[in-house]
Amino acid sequence: MEMNQYLEVFIEESKEHLQACNEKLLELEKNPTDLSIVNDIFRSAHTLKGMSATMGYEDLASLTHQMENVLDAIRNEKLSVSAEILDVVFASVDDLEEMVFSIAEGGDGKKDVSRVVEMLKKIENGEAVAEESSPSNEVTLSQSIQDYDDYENAVIQQSKEQGFSAYELTITLREDCLLKAARVFMVFEILEQAGEVIKSVPSVDQLEEEKFDHQFTVAIVTKDSSEDIQNKVMKVSEIDSVNVQPIVVSERNMKQAHEETSQQQLTVAEEEVPKHVQAKEQVKTASKQVAATSTKTIRVNIERLDILMNLFEELVIDRGRLEQISKDLNNNELNETVERMSRISGDLQNIILNMRMVPVETVFNRFPRMIRQLAKDLNKKINLEIIGAETELDRTVIDEIGDPLVHLLRNAIDHGVEMPDVRVKNGKSEEGNVVLRAYHSGNHVFIEIEDDGAGINRERVLKKALDRGVVTEQIASTLTDKQVYELIFSSGFSTADQISDISGRGVGLDVVKSTIESLGGTVSVDAQEGKGSLFSIQLPLTLSIISVMLVELRKEKYAIPLSSIIETAVIKKDEILQAHNQKVIDFRGKIVPLVFLSEIFEVPEESENEDFVSLIIVRKGDKMAALVVDSFIGQQEIVLKSLGNYLNSVFAISGATILGDGQVALIVDCNSLIK
Amino acid sequence: MSEHISGDLKVIVFQLQDEEYGIPVQQVRSIEKVQHITRVPRTASYIKGVINLRGVVTPIIDLRKRFGLKVLDDTESTRMIIVSKEDMEVGFIVDAANDVIDIHQGIIEPAPEVVGAVEVEYIQGVAKLDKRLIVMIDLEQVLKSNDERSLLGV
Repeated sequence: MEMNQYLEVFIEESKEHLQACNEKLLELEKNPTDLSIVNDIFRSAHTLKGMSATMGYEDLASLTHQMENVLDAIRNEKLSVSAEILDVVFASVDDLEEMVFSIAEGGDGKKDVSRVVEMLKKIENGEAVAEESSPSNEVTLSQSIQDYDDYENAVIQQSKEQGFSAYELTITLREDCLLKAARVFMVFEILEQAGEVIKSVPSVDQLEEEKFDHQFTVAIVTKDSSEDIQNKVMKVSEIDSVNVQPIVVSERNMKQAHEETSQQQLTVAEEEVPKHVQAKEQVKTASKQVAATSTKTIRVNIERLDILMNLFEELVIDRGRLEQISKDLNNNELNETVERMSRISGDLQNIILNMRMVPVETVFNRFPRMIRQLAKDLNKKINLEIIGAETELDRTVIDEIGDPLVHLLRNAIDHGVEMPDVRVKNGKSEEGNVVLRAYHSGNHVFIEIEDDGAGINRERVLKKALDRGVVTEQIASTLTDKQVYELIFSSGFSTADQISDISGRGVGLDVVKSTIESLGGTVSVDAQEGKGSLFSIQLPLTLSIISVMLVELRKEKYAIPLSSIIETAVIKKDEILQAHNQKVIDFRGKIVPLVFLSEIFEVPEESENEDFVSLIIVRKGDKMAALVVDSFIGQQEIVLKSLGNYLNSVFAISGATILGDGQVALIVDCNSLIK
Repeated sequence: MSEHISGDLKVIVFQLQDEEYGIPVQQVRSIEKVQHITRVPRTASYIKGVINLRGVVTPIIDLRKRFGLKVLDDTESTRMIIVSKEDMEVGFIVDAANDVIDIHQGIIEPAPEVVGAVEVEYIQGVAKLDKRLIVMIDLEQVLKSNDERSLLGV
């Protein structure tokens, strides 16, 4: 069977369930007696097991199964939650995650999990907990269907919630019945009119081949009463008796059922298909729909959004033309219609853009677990507080921001927060506080990581900076504290004296800084020795839309990102000064070099000699430059486009955009203009 | 219809100077009239710039220049052939594009030492059709930037 189309869904959902497990386990650690949390974990684990078994990932399924047993024991109060048990369960979630990631990367999802499985078994057996292989309170009618698998249970449970009833019919044909298969067919026809057959013993195939004695059992969901069903079936000739029993689904199965299926699955059963295939079909659709109903969202490939966006821009361009036409024609009705259309398309644009926004939560929620492990490894006590996880960011930013944040958090815990005894000695509480905060401000999102640890030692940073030649002695003495702290972002810098497993592996904060800068953001640090440090990341709301200043160079239009512009100015030509063969200006007491954009961009045609020069003062870090342009067109929000794979690196151009008239304008990369 | 479909290659035929060239139809996305091209500074000389192709910024290569032919002004018949190869999409400026023909793969001969002025490395082979000669283009070679330096603007 073709699994590929389900693989993506499987991976996504597995990740979600593992995340849920992680979160709930952390919660459980804080409230070890709250069995409802165990139930939640159990449900996630169980769904995961079902999904992986369906997809054929046996290792994944068997480990989940083992984990489920332990959880089940806890749930039934045969085991009590202890740190040891939690550790093992956490470890198995780790293994599961590893397997899922391996699958996501195209691997086979296999992993040697024998150690964890053994531990899980030990926990299970050490407490002498026998696994409940089947729910105890099942119907024990003679010839009744002994057990329903999870999917069938799910169907039954769901149907009950929908007001259907589930019955098990034991149908006995007369001893002298000649055409058994025909009777079976008639019975099924009646049952299918009344409801849906979900299972039969023997199977439909066997029934059709008359491979049964005189009795068979059918499970059905229906809205009819048991008497009605019984009477209807009895109308078929050569039937001796019909015994109708309501199906009781055990508590355990109800929970699963709730998770696994939604109502639509009830009606999909088709007789011709062998039952086990049906079950698989169901769970696949089911798992898809769980996501749909639980969060009321759908997953959309980001490429499709881009296509939508592109189409929309086409529309916007045409809208511009229409506006022009209606202005020329000056027809009232046309004007009104065009205005209305403009307004609606404006709203639409907002909606499309917002579709790319994702709460930062998706990144944040993996941190609590990471911090727990880290604190354990380092023998530190850490309390992580997350604020503003609902803050939304562009999807592309979200995808990139995870690694830098992990780095900064590890940093805060490894270097920042002191050992418990040291903290006590310094009059602090034993437990270190780390705050991860996200919030909107203007056109930016801020993410801050604050700890109440040791802060940064100015002398140590300076010493290291001098050793590595990052600064000279002379400069070092003039730096403010904050400037010194910022040195830790310079390349190859690490204050860790000892290379530990957690940080100081050569990949330093410089990588964090460059990643964030590549996203159009900035990162800064402030600290107070002995009190703690604060890393602050500023990110643009979205990468796809930026504010720019449109400028003209002869007949060509260029866009300069507002984020790097300090201000614009028009100066007299004689204010341009000469310094070391470089034209400069005196800008508020600072000497700023001039960059003639038309020279850099080799714009054809000579510029006319004018008395005034239009300048755009841009900056990169502390350095500034004044870009000389012909004229300013104005400020505008534009949609960023790449130049495509063919033109992947053009000097001083970071991308392109499409203007209202349908033409392409290039975006100037100010960073590459300033050395 | 044809007895040997498998051996036939549907080819878009276009003109450059007096030669006829062919690109397999699978590699061609569309044929466009010439529209406004935004120059991209400091790129290779044969890169004319970029256009807005239905919302996608698409680079345009002047094929005459790429092949080292004499550059002419655009005319009424000048076209842009949008081709795609793997994840690259570019447009070629050609003198005219007006034919789609089936070429039996068997009649494609290896490139002779000299065909017109076009360097052999861009040519996959030559197909002889009655009195016509169709030069089959090797898209990969054309798109390969043998001149990385000019792209980087160094």
